[in-house]
Amino acid sequence: MGPILVIAEVLDSSVRKASLVALGCATRVAQEAGTHFDVLCIGEGASQAAAELGSFGAKRVFVTEIPGGYVCERYLPTVTHLVEQEGHKFVLATATTYGKDLLSRCAAKLKAGLASDVTDVRLSNGSLTFERPMYAGNVFGTLTLNTEVNVATLRQSEFSEAVPQGTTSEQVELPMQAAPLADRVHFLGLEQVASDRPELTDADVVIAGGRALKSSENFKNILEPLADLLGGAIGASRAACDAGYATVDMQVGQTGKVVAPKLYVAVGISGAIQHLAGMKGSKVIVAVNKDKEAPIVQVADYVLAEDLFSAIPALTDALKSAS
Amino acid sequence: MKILVPIKRVADPDNANKVGVSADGRTIETSGMEWKINPFDEYALEAALRLTEHGVTKERIGEVVLCSIAPADVATTLRQGLAMGAERAIVVEQDDSALDAFAVAEILAALVKREKPDLVMLGKQAVDGDASATGQMLAEQLEWPMATIAMRIEVEAEGKRLKVGREVDTGVLSLRVELPAVLTASDRLVHPHSVRNGVTPADFSYPESDGGRYASLKGIMAAKKKPIDTLTLADLEVSPTSLCDYTQFRLPSARGGQAVFVNSVAELVQHLKQDAKVL
Ligand SMILES: Cc1cc2nc3c(=O)[nH]c(=O)nc-3n(C[C@H](O)[C@H](O)[C@H](O)COP(=O)(O)OP(=O)(O)OC[C@H]3O[C@@H](n4cnc5c(N)ncnc54)[C@H](O)[C@@H]3O)c2cc1C
Repeated sequence: MGPILVIAEVLDSSVRKASLVALGCATRVAQEAGTHFDVLCIGEGASQAAAELGSFGAKRVFVTEIPGGYVCERYLPTVTHLVEQEGHKFVLATATTYGKDLLSRCAAKLKAGLASDVTDVRLSNGSLTFERPMYAGNVFGTLTLNTEVNVATLRQSEFSEAVPQGTTSEQVELPMQAAPLADRVHFLGLEQVASDRPELTDADVVIAGGRALKSSENFKNILEPLADLLGGAIGASRAACDAGYATVDMQVGQTGKVVAPKLYVAVGISGAIQHLAGMKGSKVIVAVNKDKEAPIVQVADYVLAEDLFSAIPALTDALKSAS
Repeated sequence: MKILVPIKRVADPDNANKVGVSADGRTIETSGMEWKINPFDEYALEAALRLTEHGVTKERIGEVVLCSIAPADVATTLRQGLAMGAERAIVVEQDDSALDAFAVAEILAALVKREKPDLVMLGKQAVDGDASATGQMLAEQLEWPMATIAMRIEVEAEGKRLKVGREVDTGVLSLRVELPAVLTASDRLVHPHSVRNGVTPADFSYPESDGGRYASLKGIMAAKKKPIDTLTLADLEVSPTSLCDYTQFRLPSARGGQAVFVNSVAELVQHLKQDAKVL
């Protein structure tokens, strides 16, 4: 197999932590295949972000500074140009909303097969085999791609992050390629939700709330003290997001984020199939739910069948006094 | 505005845990499960209908054409979309079970060249394959701009362009796209104020709902008379190529053990500390 290219995701002039798993996978596959991997750091603030990527064992870190926010059509020609120029045979990124947007279109432009949101990448006889969840995680499919170039996005929770290697990658400026569609789509802005807590997909502990929380004030007053005490992130069911109790970036599930923390506490969440798809890989699952028969119980390790409005503050207090 | 809405039928997603795998692991089994419109395609259709109607009078001011690549009996599923208000539908008669996103996009691209819509509205993912790729691949094959995971749409410049809010990991990313374009729908697109078409008064509120509109009795009757055309790949002069080969399927491994029901917060804390060792 030929060389590998990792697309790093740049946000606020820094590399998103999610990208580290793509680097980790590239490191392993490159080693097994006896090849090298490069990284492309592209977007506004890429030059600054690239400094964070120098020690992960990539042969080269290509840097393309593109002012303005992310627009697929502006980035894509540079990505595919690099792949063609360097003969990369495996192009990967983490399956964030960015990764899925950019790499799906990238695969089409390269006429290359795409394996989306994969949970496993294996190399055998020089070619790649992928495994990926389907039907909200109720079936896993093994697939190969019958094109010379393989493109994949990786489910963050299923791969380990790269660790610094103590090497220094060569940094190469890569000019932005002409983007014929750039005058037909324009970036207007990115409204981000500010938070001091860890990102949902990076956290070791997730406290998630459902419809039963009844208001955004309750999300704040009931869940936040517990999350803060445990250094955790706050997640939510779709019902809670739709009702405006939580912001949409907090949704866990088939169509929200997929998390696999050490501890997931589902508070007043029934455990619909679409919700389970986003959290059943968690190491330990605690359900706090008045209903002993709620579907969440089928994946939970511990169930506290009490009213959340008394149970969660009591849990917070118990942990506070124990520490 | 003319909008093409591709519809995929999927095995009932609320029973996705009943999906099986054949003994040899070669095929996914959904027999006995009911076909449903892929929920995200339904959201795309709802948004397309809102874009092409006067929200108050419900007068149609544009055209919504449904299409599906599937065996002929998908017509039943398409009738539901026609009953919601779409004007007509096209079936591209083809077994779709082995088509990947690239192949589906090739067929859709051929259909777009024939139908010449201003906009193609797809779901952001089909909840069977869960890939989130068809919209992006279609946009690339058409060389059109795109906005995926759309949660807000506002029509600008008399329908020549759209302002779209995309639901991304860290918040909402806004784009302005010139038509023709490809959009993929997020579930938030069915919220009461998510679609502004410049004709429906800005303060008009669509009902709170977590899906598309219900078909009225009148809608259901009208749908019976609406045309559903059938095309073949030969009619479209396209021979799609799938680039993925699925070789094996399996069911997920079960999470170990039964849940422990604890009787108090103190007991829970003890378990988490001593048995699970996560605190
Ligand atoms: C296409 C599609 C995609 C979807 N994607 C997602 C997704 O990504 N993520 C997601 O979460 N959902 C998703 N859903 C929605 C999903 O089907 C459920 O509707 C949703 O998860 C329900 O949220 P909930 O558990 O908060 O609410 P409910 O199902 O209403 O559950 C509330 C729970 O709280 C319990 N409860 C009530 N009061 C108390 C109390 N005082 N103390 C303790 N417990 C209490 C109840 O017993 C109940 O179990 C999707 C649906 C569709 C159709």
